[in-house]
Amino acid sequence: MIALRVALGIGLLFIVSLIIFGATELLPGDLAQQLLGQGATPETLAALREQLGLNDPAPVRYWNWLSGALTGDFGVSLSNGRPISELIGARLGNTVFLALYAASLAVPISLVLGILAALWRNSIFDRAANAGALTAISFPEFFVAYILVLWLAQTGIFPSMVRINPTTTFGDRIYMTFLPALTLTLVVTAHMMRMTRAAIINLMASPYIEMARLKGLSPLRIVLRHAVPNALAPIINVIALNLAYLITGVVVVEVVFVYPGLGQLMVDAVSNRDIAVVQAVALIFAAAYIALNLLADVLSTITNPRLMHRR
Amino acid sequence: MTKLRIPAMPLSRRGVLKGAAAVTAAGLILPHTAGAARAQSRGGTFRVGIGHGSTTDSLDPGLWENLYVQTFAAARHNYLIEVGADGQLLPEIAESWDTDDGTNWVFTIRQGVTFHSGKDVTAEDVVASINHHRGEDSTSVVKPLLAAITDVRADGNTVIVTLEAPNADLPYLMTDYHVPIMPGMDGRIDPASTDGCGGYIVESFEHGVQSTLNRNPNYWKSDRAWFDRIELVSILDPAARLNALITGEVHLIDQVDPATIGMLEGRGVARILSIPGNAHYGFPMDSRAAPYNDNNIRLALKYAIDREAMVDVILGGHGAVSNDNPIGPANRYFNTEMEMKTYDPDRARFYLREAGLDSLDVTIAVADAAFSGAVDAGAMFSETARAAGINMTVNRVPNDGYWSNVWLNPNGDTPFCATYWGGRAVEDHMFTTAYAAGADWNESFWSNDRFNELLVAARSEVNEELRREMYMEMQQIVSFEGSTIIPMYNNYVMAVANEIGTPEQISANWNFDGFRCVERWWMA
Repeated sequence: MIALRVALGIGLLFIVSLIIFGATELLPGDLAQQLLGQGATPETLAALREQLGLNDPAPVRYWNWLSGALTGDFGVSLSNGRPISELIGARLGNTVFLALYAASLAVPISLVLGILAALWRNSIFDRAANAGALTAISFPEFFVAYILVLWLAQTGIFPSMVRINPTTTFGDRIYMTFLPALTLTLVVTAHMMRMTRAAIINLMASPYIEMARLKGLSPLRIVLRHAVPNALAPIINVIALNLAYLITGVVVVEVVFVYPGLGQLMVDAVSNRDIAVVQAVALIFAAAYIALNLLADVLSTITNPRLMHRR
Repeated sequence: MTKLRIPAMPLSRRGVLKGAAAVTAAGLILPHTAGAARAQSRGGTFRVGIGHGSTTDSLDPGLWENLYVQTFAAARHNYLIEVGADGQLLPEIAESWDTDDGTNWVFTIRQGVTFHSGKDVTAEDVVASINHHRGEDSTSVVKPLLAAITDVRADGNTVIVTLEAPNADLPYLMTDYHVPIMPGMDGRIDPASTDGCGGYIVESFEHGVQSTLNRNPNYWKSDRAWFDRIELVSILDPAARLNALITGEVHLIDQVDPATIGMLEGRGVARILSIPGNAHYGFPMDSRAAPYNDNNIRLALKYAIDREAMVDVILGGHGAVSNDNPIGPANRYFNTEMEMKTYDPDRARFYLREAGLDSLDVTIAVADAAFSGAVDAGAMFSETARAAGINMTVNRVPNDGYWSNVWLNPNGDTPFCATYWGGRAVEDHMFTTAYAAGADWNESFWSNDRFNELLVAARSEVNEELRREMYMEMQQIVSFEGSTIIPMYNNYVMAVANEIGTPEQISANWNFDGFRCVERWWMA
């Protein structure tokens, strides 16, 4: 069961790699043109194209790329000659750090809020939590970010931009990255919170919860002990989806806070036609999405005895 | 902010022009505040937020093109010759230079200057640095600019440059930011090296993110490089850049949005520097394609644009109107005697009738990649042209791929588009790059026999008065017969924190004090 899932995931990744390669072929212009920009002349263009190996046929370039990527070698950046793994390494670390930071804020908050909202359904608290979360998610990310900058950065409490260098301590990092993490938390909380609330409320109508209630159990115990374990599958799924988003979809927040993450690297690479980097980053994003969804599937299978021990 | 109009005073750039002539336009109209005039002092970290830079930037000087790499280069490198804040040439690695006939040039190399690696700067290094931009396999963007050089060789502590034809402006070409002096090895430089002989030594850099540099303790200039440390940060988002300045994360930012200037000044943490230079925005027309092959049509369009309104709206007043003249007020031979074209729909109609037309339909392709506000400028142009019987359709094209798919009309469907130029220190440099017949960047594919004749003649003319006349006539021709509409010169607008001291005069040669803010400015 789980093995089949993993195999499907790998197959999917292979198809995605084909699409990634094909899509970058369709972009107008090429790297040599983009590199030389306004300064391109036919002569310098030809010389640069030859140097960069842009003249090989597409299937050859695809095979070279895929076989390299499988061994962790994405080749060198076409535009500045640095190894892509080195280029991506630090950025990937930054992106994962920010995603985990935001998740470590967002997941507990949304679970607690979701459970409490289910527990006190239709109370003032439930309404306030829902309204707050929905408001936060309804604003575009950059707006939320600018509001936070206005309130928390221009007043001198937190820095308005993130300047990480190799000597930055973990504590400094947490402090400097707080605003982007908070922005992302505000953006993803509503989704997870409302899914938690809905899943639990859905179960509260089931006969076994009715039984528990008739037995005289406290409402909190009913929710935590009886409802939550059965509601885990949808909650895990929505958390995985949001984690994937936190890794792949935060380019706007990166731009506003000048955060050197993978998203900005990808945008840079696209606009500069650094196809090798675009492909590598796209592949990493795809792998992150597939892996997290895979993990969510596996975890929800494990939490559901009916799926684990199917006859 | 009051409008800054440039007085008609040419910048002198030559040692031979004596004394008071060196007082220049740029210095007179700079806003001065308390921080600006204090004495220079050493120390501090200068952090600059730059609205350029990407992961694909290169260390190879032949590929440099944006303000980030330009400033990064100015911090770590020296050049043969420097353009001073007043536009005059200053000796840098070349202690002096001389020519007998304008064809053979001798540059004497300064002794006792070392690279950051400790190696002495020699004539061989200079030869290798220049040769990086020459020859078959060179990918340098300034290859066409240096194409007239037939030979470069070292002779003791001098470098001898031979040209195929006399050119009195060769020293100016040697100030080009693409040609830093780098250590040579077997006649070649290593384009991936950060080693230079400038005021700051690179500590770390990550393309598109930031770089840090420390003061070079062995720097040969004693009155430069005041800061202990330089940090250059790439901040592409205008709002993020402004926030970084307001919250004190950086001391200097470029490309301040005119709309936010009032708010920024109200904060009292920074001052605005608005430097008039030769940079300009324009609309080239492919002169090979109908209807632009008829000069009457071109003139009709030139009278159908409201230049004053463009300066007000597109530049927020931070600029000056241009008379379709790529030579700017910071140039030596700037022509102010030409009849100024104003917005005149009747006159435009007159030229349309001359061309045998009652009305005209044209399409202009614009994208903000050409210059910030190009799309709005296209819309304004279209509005004002309507009154002259010209139906101008504004075709908004994607920023992505603008320079490869739209500019220079590569597919034959964008004969009329938008462009920008950074301006050049010398007339010849600008004309040769974009107006000489057959030049690679001749964006209007314009060719004028008289102009081309004058261009070659002026290059080697040593009589100052004759040379001036020739350049005056060339500007007249480009303005009234050329195929590029140039409505405005755009100022370099930057904002600098109050704790940074700036000189009385700031270079109009390029942005950021000719990229030299890193070594000319100080912590006040």
